[in-house]
Amino acid sequence: MLRLEKRPSPSQTWAYLAPVLAVIATMIGGGVMFALLGKDPFEAIRIIFYDPLFSEFAWYYRPQLLIKGAPLVLIAIGLSMGFRAGIWNIGAEGQYIIGALFGAGFALALYPTESPFIFPSMILLGALGGFLWAMIPALLKTKFGTNEILVSLMLVYVAEQLLASMSLGLMKNPEGFGFPGSRNLQQYDSAHNAEIWVGSGVHMGVVFALMAVIFAYVLLARHQLGFHIRLTGESPKAARFAGINPNRLIIFCLGSSGALAGLAGMFEIAGPSGQVNIAFNSGYGFTAIIVAFLGRLNPLGIMLAGLLMALTYIGGEIAQSSLGLPAAAIQAFQGMLLFFLLAVDLLTNFKIKWAKAEVTL
Amino acid sequence: MKFKSILAGVALAITAATGSLAEKTKVGFVYVGPVTDFGWTYEHDQGRKAVEAAFGDKVETFYVESVPEGPDSERVMTDMALKGADLIFTTSFGYMDPTINVAAKFPNVKFEHATGYKQADNVSVYSARFYEGRAVQGHIAGHMTKSNIVGYIGSFPIPEVIRGINSAYIHAKDVNPDVQFKIIWAYTWFDPTKEADAAKVLIEQGADVVLQHTDSTAPQAAAQAAGNVITFGQASDMAEYGPKPRVSSIIDNWGPYYVARTQAVMDGTWASTSTWDGIGAGMVGIGEITSAVPTDVKASAEALLSRLRDGSYHAFTGPVNKQDGSAWLARGETADDGTLAGMGFYVEGIDSEMPN
Repeated sequence: MLRLEKRPSPSQTWAYLAPVLAVIATMIGGGVMFALLGKDPFEAIRIIFYDPLFSEFAWYYRPQLLIKGAPLVLIAIGLSMGFRAGIWNIGAEGQYIIGALFGAGFALALYPTESPFIFPSMILLGALGGFLWAMIPALLKTKFGTNEILVSLMLVYVAEQLLASMSLGLMKNPEGFGFPGSRNLQQYDSAHNAEIWVGSGVHMGVVFALMAVIFAYVLLARHQLGFHIRLTGESPKAARFAGINPNRLIIFCLGSSGALAGLAGMFEIAGPSGQVNIAFNSGYGFTAIIVAFLGRLNPLGIMLAGLLMALTYIGGEIAQSSLGLPAAAIQAFQGMLLFFLLAVDLLTNFKIKWAKAEVTL
Repeated sequence: MKFKSILAGVALAITAATGSLAEKTKVGFVYVGPVTDFGWTYEHDQGRKAVEAAFGDKVETFYVESVPEGPDSERVMTDMALKGADLIFTTSFGYMDPTINVAAKFPNVKFEHATGYKQADNVSVYSARFYEGRAVQGHIAGHMTKSNIVGYIGSFPIPEVIRGINSAYIHAKDVNPDVQFKIIWAYTWFDPTKEADAAKVLIEQGADVVLQHTDSTAPQAAAQAAGNVITFGQASDMAEYGPKPRVSSIIDNWGPYYVARTQAVMDGTWASTSTWDGIGAGMVGIGEITSAVPTDVKASAEALLSRLRDGSYHAFTGPVNKQDGSAWLARGETADDGTLAGMGFYVEGIDSEMPN
């Protein structure tokens, strides 16, 4: 009989092996699903994982990986710090929207003035917007002990309404014939988050995502604050004895994850998206939660996980148009990734043991 | 722009290569919802199937469904163009700027954008005069309501949807001066849960007719559960909910247009156009009016339908005032397309505020 035995301490080997195993299990599980749908599973898996990187048109897809991956990494890095300390910001999607509105709103107010100061100001405002939006659950938690999971999640819906309102009212393009949506920032040079090298996919958001990875890595590995974060997550009691102020940690974790989500939103709206419109947010804030866990809450892991997630999106789209796979199958495939990761994670904390069936009478 | 010229060069090479290898015309479709929504996207996919049926081996079609409006759609379109699509239909308003962007990079690929207003040398726009169908619905709704409350589930307050509300209201009021409209904005084109909630709220507020400008059948199911409520199919016939609650429907019929545009690409006669067709041209169909509608109402609705079809009547014919009481159309005057296309106001009598 199989029996689970708790490990005295989490297994390092399994912690690193789990994501790899999860990806392999997803390929197998997904392959079975694709086969049941009547598609060649090997071809489907090849198209999703291999084609975006090495096919004939990879020169177009590779930069797209950066464009799709950067906001995921940027948001997930912020979330991971809170998650490590047991502070659950589920509302990154809302902070992403508000950051975008702050940045875009500033640019639209100044249109058509051209100035080299506009874009840097937008970056600051984007971070500020996300930070302020995250401060709502942070302050409510520290002052009144509310649950940050619920408050931050609910604020996503508030942010979505605000976005709709802005697209239909204040920020609507005056030359848009009454249709919703703002001017396109891609056509406003001072505000456009353009690619740094044309065709490379590298825009300012990609640079910031990389910097965030490095900062987070240094913070967690070398800085006292990083130690506090880890300690609070691993042993809240010990953290209290060590004199760590939990409120300050809550403010820092929610604030920094909000600011990073806000930055991601700002870079997206000023660049690839270009426009304040009702459908602007497409779930990066939620997908980033998966990315954070897939990356083991580790900055380098998150970077790889973000790219992997971007790969399944882009490969998934290619598979849709070339194999006729339904979109739902791709979403199920991505869901499997988290599912298998959580399943394999069991092995990090538990050992599987063969035990003789005990005789019970 | 180096990138653009590479893209263009590749596109050119592919077009040339596919042209010499096989004479297949490749047609791509970008959908905002799933093809199984049995509403908006379903009908576009019927149009795609009509293209396949019409041209058989001479054409190859492919699609990507549930594509978010934004940078993701731009990538999907680029991917299609790279794979050698000759013609790409982008079937939601939010694909407008992405379509223009991608079209600029692939001058040899033809694009057709639904419900937008931006054209280019290789981008046509097309839409349907759904408001003509709304006139027929409003007429039936005005006759059928006993509570005098008609519920309306709006998607987004954009001109297309506002036109529909105004047209339905004008024609309901024509036959029932006491009629009131209650409008709920769902802020989605397709979300069965939200749509069902909206329908339930409207029914609780006394509506016994529910009109919808969202694409799922959830409001139909909610009305069926509530009992004495009637509905109309939207985008698709939704006949499975007949004869009641669904008493009629507006059916989008894109097939003939898609076939004609594909033919134009094959013949090399494709040119950038702006098309806005209605009941007369067959782009808007009215689903069967069921036995739940009294015969005299059915007869008058069909009379209205035939006048709309032959063009002897325009759904927006004066006198009509704007909501604030200011004059819009004088007696006998009909609305011009420019005003209709950008319509951002309610007509007089609608007791509801436009959200912003």
